[in-house]
Amino acid sequence: MDILSAYPSWPITHGAALLVVLPLLLGAIVSILPREKMAWAITLIVSLILTVTAFGLVLTIFGGETQLYKLGGWDPPHGISFVIDGLNTPVLFLISAMALLCTIYGLPSVAAEVEPKKRAPFYAAFLIGVAGLLGMVVTGDAFNVFVFLEVSSISTYVLVAMGASRDRRALKAAYNYLILGSIGATFFVIGLGFLYMETGTLNMADIGRILADLDGGSRVAMVAFGFITVGLGLKLAMFPLHMWLPGAYAHAPSFVTVFLASTATKAALYLMLRFTFTIFDPSFDYVMAVIMYVLTGVGVAAMLLGSLQAIFQTDARRTLAFSSIAQVGYMLLGVGIATAAGLSAGYLHLLNHAVIKGCLFFALGAFWYRYGITRCEDFNGLGKMMPWTMGAFTIGGLSLIGVPATAGFVSKLNLVIAAMERGWGWAVIIIMVTSILALVYIGRLLLAAYFQSPPEINGEVVVRNEAPLMMLIPMWFLALLSIAIGINADLVSEAARNAASVLLGGGV
Amino acid sequence: MLSTIFENYHYSVVIVLMMTGLYVVFSSRNLIKKLVGLSVFQTSVFLLYITIGKVKGGQPPILVEDHGSSSSGGGGDEHHVEAATNMMASAGETVTAAGSATHHASEVIYSNPLPHVLILTAIVVGVATLAIGLALVVRIREVYGSIEEDVINDIDHSYNLEGTAD
Repeated sequence: MDILSAYPSWPITHGAALLVVLPLLLGAIVSILPREKMAWAITLIVSLILTVTAFGLVLTIFGGETQLYKLGGWDPPHGISFVIDGLNTPVLFLISAMALLCTIYGLPSVAAEVEPKKRAPFYAAFLIGVAGLLGMVVTGDAFNVFVFLEVSSISTYVLVAMGASRDRRALKAAYNYLILGSIGATFFVIGLGFLYMETGTLNMADIGRILADLDGGSRVAMVAFGFITVGLGLKLAMFPLHMWLPGAYAHAPSFVTVFLASTATKAALYLMLRFTFTIFDPSFDYVMAVIMYVLTGVGVAAMLLGSLQAIFQTDARRTLAFSSIAQVGYMLLGVGIATAAGLSAGYLHLLNHAVIKGCLFFALGAFWYRYGITRCEDFNGLGKMMPWTMGAFTIGGLSLIGVPATAGFVSKLNLVIAAMERGWGWAVIIIMVTSILALVYIGRLLLAAYFQSPPEINGEVVVRNEAPLMMLIPMWFLALLSIAIGINADLVSEAARNAASVLLGGGV
Repeated sequence: MLSTIFENYHYSVVIVLMMTGLYVVFSSRNLIKKLVGLSVFQTSVFLLYITIGKVKGGQPPILVEDHGSSSSGGGGDEHHVEAATNMMASAGETVTAAGSATHHASEVIYSNPLPHVLILTAIVVGVATLAIGLALVVRIREVYGSIEEDVINDIDHSYNLEGTAD
């Protein structure tokens, strides 16, 4: 706690509100700035402040206490409160840290992929998206979740569509995402309506308390749970509801793909955990049934089918997008196991996967930046042409497969242990099988990169052309972080265990 | 059974609109029509919220003069809770929220204003979504020259076959 004492007191006491208000306000200012460099600098400073604040909040929470930040001083059931506890602080830190890394990466990347006059609005949309994501994670009010969910979604639609100057299919991807995302959000709000009918309150802790008193409540609460699960499932790309994801990931600007892959689905998954375990409770029959049969089943289907589809893609970004769907399956399997070990394994995989996928998509963005390629067949000889970028990609890829001494291994190992404790031998087999499938789709790219010779144009080998330093720094930071977690996962594991204890301990 | 349906006839409007909207979104191949369906779908949810805010015999939630003087400050909150309780009782649900609500039943009954406030927010969100959606359709029309999904998919498909999709 030595670092904590170095903090001034305001980021700790008002950190929860600051996380939302700062990017929201500056997003508006950035949108009217004339110069893109200025917009970038402000975005960088904001995300730096957010990261520092979120880190401070993470440190306070290791003491194990839950903080309630009352907006305007109104007491919870009536006023809106922000909650800071072991479950959401790691996600808050993840989102702000990824925002920081993406911004560093963005200077060359956005300049290459977005039209000049759209760059300042691009950063503005990004900041507002960050505000929305942080808001939906930090808030303790159920309707507030919907509002922030839509704030982040609407800015994400815009960000995805910004890829149009590079690839016109981004427009259609953004449109599809908009239709499905809005349906998801509307389902969520229908669920909230039913929940309000049942309990007469919108405060998460209050809803949880009342539902517990009612022992799960009437059929209205069941319907509410169904709508909320489907709505959030759309947002987090739960298996049959994932159709928006490959298009959005493949055609958005690289910057946006990284940010989406490592934060947006994670925030939605956090909400799923929050609603399933602390607002509703696994002790209700219908919740347990959904966890046991729906979430587990969907998770396993996602792992298998997502990995299989990843193998047959011709575009590397689509390969990784389908792999993301499969990885969401791992997290859902962890949730499905529903023991403390399973939940903390799922949560751990949530954090680790953000690091891994961030690294991989950063590398793909760098390939596009130098050579304008994302197709798998264009990977030939990349190991010689861009050794540093390919190195980071390799580490990320191995981590995704789950090679020992990487982050992916730690979370898969935890998941296997949790499944064994629960007596689910079949789950262990499926984890093994999907890891082999991951080996196939990542291995295919690595083989092409290292064992094929670079393409020749007019008899000359294409020259070595490494990505700029601004891209390499965030990429290698994540690559090294993934190895560091693989070697010593104590800190992350403790965060995951804290989160699991919040989930199972009850009480928001 | 039948009486339940007639007692809750207001929900039928919501259900019909909701299903119509959702059906249009999924069946239509025209990008504008899809957005129309989406709007209808969202509107049905606004109606759902507004119907649950109505309390039988309740007046608009504006503080009545003589009552306001007797209990200033916290009085408003009590009435929220009470209104919610009444609302749920009238909808035939288990009365849950505030079994502890004190009985001012002889006094003024207000409709529950909270759902209206929520829906005001949701309407703004819906407008923003629709605006972004329409803006995207305009851009798609500029780039592809069509707003029919089938035509756009054909264009993209042939584009891929030419192998120029970098």
